[in-house]
Amino acid sequence: MGAGHAHPLYLPGHSPVHRLPAEVKIVAALLGAICVVATPRAAFGMFAGHLAVLAVVWGIARIPPGWILRRAVIELPFVVLAVLLPVTGPDPRIDVLGVALSQPGLLGAWNIIVKGTLGVLISLTLAATTPLRDLLLGMQRLRAPALVVTIATLMLRYTDLIVAEAGRMRRARLSRGHDPRFLWQVGATARGVGALFVRAYERGERVHLAMLSRGFDGALPHAAEGAPSRRQWATGLAPAGVAVLLAAAGWSVA
Amino acid sequence: MVDTGTVGGDGSPGPTIAMHMSDGLVNAPTAAMFGLVAAIGLAIAASRARADLDERTAPMAGLVTAFVFAVQMINFPILPGASGHLLGGALVAILVGPWVGSLCIAIVLVVQALLFADGGLTALGTNITNMALVGTFTGYAVAYTLRRFAARSRTGLLVTAFLAALINTVVASLAFVLEYAIGGAGGAGLGTVFALMTGLHVLVGIGEGIITAATVGAVAAVRPDLVYLLRGTRPAVTLRTPGEAPR
Repeated sequence: MGAGHAHPLYLPGHSPVHRLPAEVKIVAALLGAICVVATPRAAFGMFAGHLAVLAVVWGIARIPPGWILRRAVIELPFVVLAVLLPVTGPDPRIDVLGVALSQPGLLGAWNIIVKGTLGVLISLTLAATTPLRDLLLGMQRLRAPALVVTIATLMLRYTDLIVAEAGRMRRARLSRGHDPRFLWQVGATARGVGALFVRAYERGERVHLAMLSRGFDGALPHAAEGAPSRRQWATGLAPAGVAVLLAAAGWSVA
Repeated sequence: MVDTGTVGGDGSPGPTIAMHMSDGLVNAPTAAMFGLVAAIGLAIAASRARADLDERTAPMAGLVTAFVFAVQMINFPILPGASGHLLGGALVAILVGPWVGSLCIAIVLVVQALLFADGGLTALGTNITNMALVGTFTGYAVAYTLRRFAARSRTGLLVTAFLAALINTVVASLAFVLEYAIGGAGGAGLGTVFALMTGLHVLVGIGEGIITAATVGAVAAVRPDLVYLLRGTRPAVTLRTPGEAPR
């Protein structure tokens, strides 16, 4: 399937994690995230366990922890929001370094920060080890509707192109003296968005005709590779299995 | 809610406010429940989208989805230091209709969660429910109600698009407040969350509305036939030959 447009969060490699079929990784990541969310907030040790599982996966996938942590700052604004909770939350208050903070608020903030961060780390691990075409194959094999897979495939193939076109239009505006600083200056930007829609749609018409003339009959060709073996499922789901145990252990201690 | 800015658009630097929820904002049963709601909603949208878009024309929907993805990278300033990015729900609802539109937004959300770590995996159900289903359909319902007004004049169309986008954004944020009320995991009171979310999203919605209105206006000026909302509101073109009396 097509050109090697790597997405920005992909870290090329040949580790066992990279080689696992994408559908195994998608299911494992989803299960892992569910376990993290289902772990009770007061079971502090279990969250360290979830992090340790991820660290082992990073080790096997040869992802430097620094690489993934730098990209985890996508979460930062949530952390800022969560910091408000202990101040605005309800009583009872406890003293932390001389400031009276709401105890439920503190727990709530911890809950959002730890689960949000672990969730982002899981998503980043999936993204770092799965190239675009594998992800689409995985969606196809997980029986996503054909229409959805076709739309997603075309979208991913053309996103870089449309984004680059938007970038060129923006540079063209800037080089003609456009300098929007306030919301009432968005006129030119918005007309650019309109032009971008017309161009994207008309490109879609051309792409469709080109595909038809090459024998497209409504469905994308299926990949020849077979379904993942039981062993691959077992290996891929092992970290998620540990996460299930951690979440269960969290409920028994909390 | 809040996420970081993507590739710089036209807006100011700083945190970008949008509505991608992360993991852990609502508890597991609530996340599962809305996951089911999202799956059912999308299944209905996918089957109805086929009427607007027979399977052969799926490439067009793919390009529209890529457009939504690109548009979400355009930031606009809301408050000093904070900028919002376009969500595009009302925009695609007006341009390609609610069924295809909600499908496009949902696919963007899935790809963002899987490939860009934007929005939590377990929050995918709530995110799709809020933005792809509630948001897009609210926007379309508003636009459809004002359709005759929109078809009459350019001003009418712009006002309709603005209102659809504004109400879409605010109602989508109310859907978050509802989810938070059902299974919120934070320690904040419901009143605080309601005030914060509504206030913030009225501001985001005004920005969304202005850009949506101008965009729809620009498309309607060049290719009015592409605006789904206006389909069937214009008289069909008739061909007249010189000797024939005008009807």
